[in-house]
Amino acid sequence: MERTLTCIVCPLGCTLTVQWQDGAVTSVTGNTCPRGKAYAETECTAPVRTVTSTVRCVDGRLVSVKTDRPIPKECMAACMERIHRATADLPIAIGDVIIEDVFGSNVVATQNRSVG
Amino acid sequence: MRELVIIGGGPAGMSAAIAAYESGVTDILIMERDARLGGILQQCIHNGFGLHRFGEELTGPEYAWRYEERVQALGIEVKCNTMVLDVTADKVITATNAEEGVFQIRAKAVILAMGCRERAKGSLAIAGSRPAGIYSAGTAQKLVNMKGYLPGKNVVILGSGDIGLIMARRMTLEGAKVHAVCELMPYSGGLARNIQQCLNDFDIPLLLSHTVVEIHGKERVEAVTIAKVDQNRRPIPETKQTIPCDTLLLSVGLIPENELSQGAAVDISAITKGPVVDQDRQTSVEGVFACGNVLHVHDLVDFVSEEAAIAGQAAAQYIQNTRQNAICIPLYTDGKVRYTVPQIITEQKDTSVYFRVSDVYKNVCVTVKDGDHVLLKKKRPKVAPGEMESIRLKAEWLDGVEALTLSLEEC
Repeated sequence: MERTLTCIVCPLGCTLTVQWQDGAVTSVTGNTCPRGKAYAETECTAPVRTVTSTVRCVDGRLVSVKTDRPIPKECMAACMERIHRATADLPIAIGDVIIEDVFGSNVVATQNRSVG
Repeated sequence: MRELVIIGGGPAGMSAAIAAYESGVTDILIMERDARLGGILQQCIHNGFGLHRFGEELTGPEYAWRYEERVQALGIEVKCNTMVLDVTADKVITATNAEEGVFQIRAKAVILAMGCRERAKGSLAIAGSRPAGIYSAGTAQKLVNMKGYLPGKNVVILGSGDIGLIMARRMTLEGAKVHAVCELMPYSGGLARNIQQCLNDFDIPLLLSHTVVEIHGKERVEAVTIAKVDQNRRPIPETKQTIPCDTLLLSVGLIPENELSQGAAVDISAITKGPVVDQDRQTSVEGVFACGNVLHVHDLVDFVSEEAAIAGQAAAQYIQNTRQNAICIPLYTDGKVRYTVPQIITEQKDTSVYFRVSDVYKNVCVTVKDGDHVLLKKKRPKVAPGEMESIRLKAEWLDGVEALTLSLEEC
């Protein structure tokens, strides 16, 4: 079987053509770097995405966050639910873990937030 | 008297300041109207920044922090919450803030780094009244990502620029339903990766060659009528359909913000809407430089940082009297190439020329000519208006050249 994908690894957005058989990728063309090939293989077998959002801090302000690694694509909505329920203590430094173990990733701060 | 004043503390201003400092000018002041550094990156909480510059994917705030940390470490002075009101051609800056009132600073050199603003509905001419619920995509982004408000629950987006695409995903993740993204042109203005990860991932339809022809609702948006457009971008009445919604987001382009530049009598390009600059990003006014989105709208912040570093270094050289302006070669375009930055070359050295094309062209040669003499011919499988291109001119090619023309030709 053949499938066409748009690579999301970098802003180039290469069009990838993937051949696959029995659930395994047999060839990838159209990629301009090795990361494109890896993306195509993951995308066809177990697609993943990095989720970015915001978490409410204890003082009512927001802090921006991301999953520190990509999570399964079908878990994005469930990940957002965890993010919506969370409250972050202050102060926060970039990289601080805000929520632990969300579908194999940690949700970490991408901003600093001081007290007051 | 200050050696260097930089207007704007976003990615361009910070990168310019760091480059100037590293080139030996340490008396630098960054003036920023917001409460903190970072500019628009603060509200761009999605990832995808920094692949060129840092070799990794960062979110907007993380990218900004890399520069802010460096600005702090170098001890570069920053005045936040400070609005610059006027800049004159002899480099007197008038500004205001809550502590100092209205004050003036004279500078040896000025770097303009004010960024751009979004095109608004007023510039579009859509029928209907003025109900609540119409936002530019960037305003919606600020409301969601910085204020924590969701501006609507049923959304239509006009324009497929990257901010619109990013907001389609963001609003969806926050629980809104995005019914469609309409794009007037037959191609998207955004990156292919964003069409995949922001629209396709969430089954949001991208309607190319479509526009919004009417906005319904008096107090609040109640629906929009969309229609397909013909080759001349005129709506086809038979294709009209009405989509019930409470929110219309506009992602219909960015315009460099040059009121201050005009006050300083800087020549503005009718095409880029930014200053006309030389290879060092010096404007038509000596000692006044410009970089980032105030100069021309960039696709990637990485390129903004790179360009700003050129301006910062050159401003330092201007202050130190080491700049050379021996030549004057204008760069012309053929129309298929819409514009170049720089528009003029004043020093014989290796120079990168950035440009945008006016339409989608396939299998073309980017050609640089001095009269009939071809200096460079470079094949491109595809060029599109949404993607900035660049070529590199070698110093030795510029010997005796009077003017250069950049064109797209058949290969």
